[in-house]
Amino acid sequence: MTAHVPISLEVNGEPVEAQVLPRLNLADFLREHLSLTGTHVGCEHGVCGACTVRLNGDIVRACLLLAVQANNASVETIEGLSDSGEIADLQDAFRHRNALQCGYCTPGMLIAAQDLLTHNPEPRREEIREHLSGNYCRCTGYQAIVDAVEATARARQERAS
Amino acid sequence: MKASAFSYARATSVANALDLLATHGESAKVLSGGQSLMPAMNLRLISPELIVDIGELAELRGIERDRGVLRIGALTRHVDLMRSPEIATHAPLLSEAIVHVAHPAIRNRGTIGGSLAHADPAAELPACMLALDATIIVRGQDGERRIKAEDFFTGIYETALTPEELLVAVEVPVAGEGSAHFFHEFARRHGDYAIVGMAAQASITGKVFSDLRVALFAVGDRPVLAKAAAKLVGVTVTAAILSEASAALADELEPQEDQEASAAMRRHLAQVLLARCVSALLDRQDFSGGRA
Repeated sequence: MTAHVPISLEVNGEPVEAQVLPRLNLADFLREHLSLTGTHVGCEHGVCGACTVRLNGDIVRACLLLAVQANNASVETIEGLSDSGEIADLQDAFRHRNALQCGYCTPGMLIAAQDLLTHNPEPRREEIREHLSGNYCRCTGYQAIVDAVEATARARQERAS
Repeated sequence: MKASAFSYARATSVANALDLLATHGESAKVLSGGQSLMPAMNLRLISPELIVDIGELAELRGIERDRGVLRIGALTRHVDLMRSPEIATHAPLLSEAIVHVAHPAIRNRGTIGGSLAHADPAAELPACMLALDATIIVRGQDGERRIKAEDFFTGIYETALTPEELLVAVEVPVAGEGSAHFFHEFARRHGDYAIVGMAAQASITGKVFSDLRVALFAVGDRPVLAKAAAKLVGVTVTAAILSEASAALADELEPQEDQEASAAMRRHLAQVLLARCVSALLDRQDFSGGRA
C-alpha cells in the first residue's frame, strides 16, 4: 500500500522525474535524492525555518510539504537563488555585516529575506523582524541579519533610482 | 523526526475524496495545506494509514460574495485571506487576525478549512468564526450539513466533523453598516500561539452596542464565545457596567494552566483584553484595561 509514487517537477529550472515514498518530505527529497544540501533540516515541524524554499514563487517550509505534493510544481532552493545571482548582493551584505556565524539558518534566512524584499522593497526594521520571525538564528541575535537586509534594501533602492 | 509510512491518494474531486473517507474512516486523514497535520505526523503524534490529499481540488478554493454572505472555500490559503479586497471590505476582522497566524511561509500553505478542522484551541481562525457568527459547511456521502461555529468546536483538536465528512467551506455574514471589530492577542513572540487572544465583532448604533460577539482563544479546550458580552449590549456602557461584565467574564472562563501562564494570569489577560476591546470599539479612552 505504501508504494512509490511517480512525481514530475522542476527544481531550479531543471525538470526532475522521480519515484518517491509518500512519507518523504520535500526537504529530504532535495537533500537525499538531488544532493541539494543547501536546504537545511532543523526542527522538522515547521518552527525553525531552516528548510525554507520557494514553491511556485512563494516561500514554504520544505519539511511540511511532502515530495508528492510538489508534483507539477516549480521548486527553487538556495542553490538556484545563489547560482542565478539573484541574491548575490544580499549574500554580500550578510558576509559584510557578519550576519551569520554557524550558517545553519542562513539559506532559509536568505530566501525569507529575498521574499520580503520582492514584496516590500522598502521595509522598516520592524517589518524585517516580522517577516523573518519564522526563521530562527541561534548565533547572531538577529541585529546583524536585520542590518544586512536593511542595507540590501537601501542599496537596491539606490540602484533603481 | 520523520512521519511514519502511510499510503497516499490524491483526490480528483470532492466526491472522490468522500469515497476514500467513507472507505477508510478513521484510518484516513485529509491533507490540505499540511501546516498542522505534517508537524503532528513528523512528531509521530498521529500516524494515519492513508493520506487523502485534497490540495488540487480547485473547486474548494476561493472567496465569493453572494449578497449578505461571504463564502470562503476550505482550501483558501491564509495568504489569500490576507490579500483579498473582499475580505478586507466585508470581513475586516479576518484581515486583521490573519497576520497573527504563524509566519509568511506557513501562511502561504495553510488553509482556512485545515485550521478549522484541526481546531487548535489557541488558534486565531476558530475564534474569529465564533465572533463572526460563521456557518461551517461540511459534506458527506449523504449531502451537506451546515454547522454553526458555536456548535462546531467540541474540544482540543475535536470538532463536529465525522471521519467520513469533509469541511468544504465557511459562510460569514457580510459586515453591515455600523459594524466594528477588534482583534488582539498576547504572545511571547510574533507568530507564536497566543497566551490569550480575543476576536470581537460588533454592531454599534450611536455609542451603544446593538450586538457584540466576543470570542476568546487559548483560554480552554476550545474557543469561547463570552456570555458576559451580553451585559454590554443595548446600554450606555459605564465603568460600572464594564466592571460587571469583566467580573462575569472571569467567572465564566475556565482557563488551563501550562508553561505559558497560570489560569489566574489568563483570566487577568482576558479581562484586560475585554476592556481594551470596549475602549477601542466605543472610542472611550477612559476605559483602561490596566497593565497586561
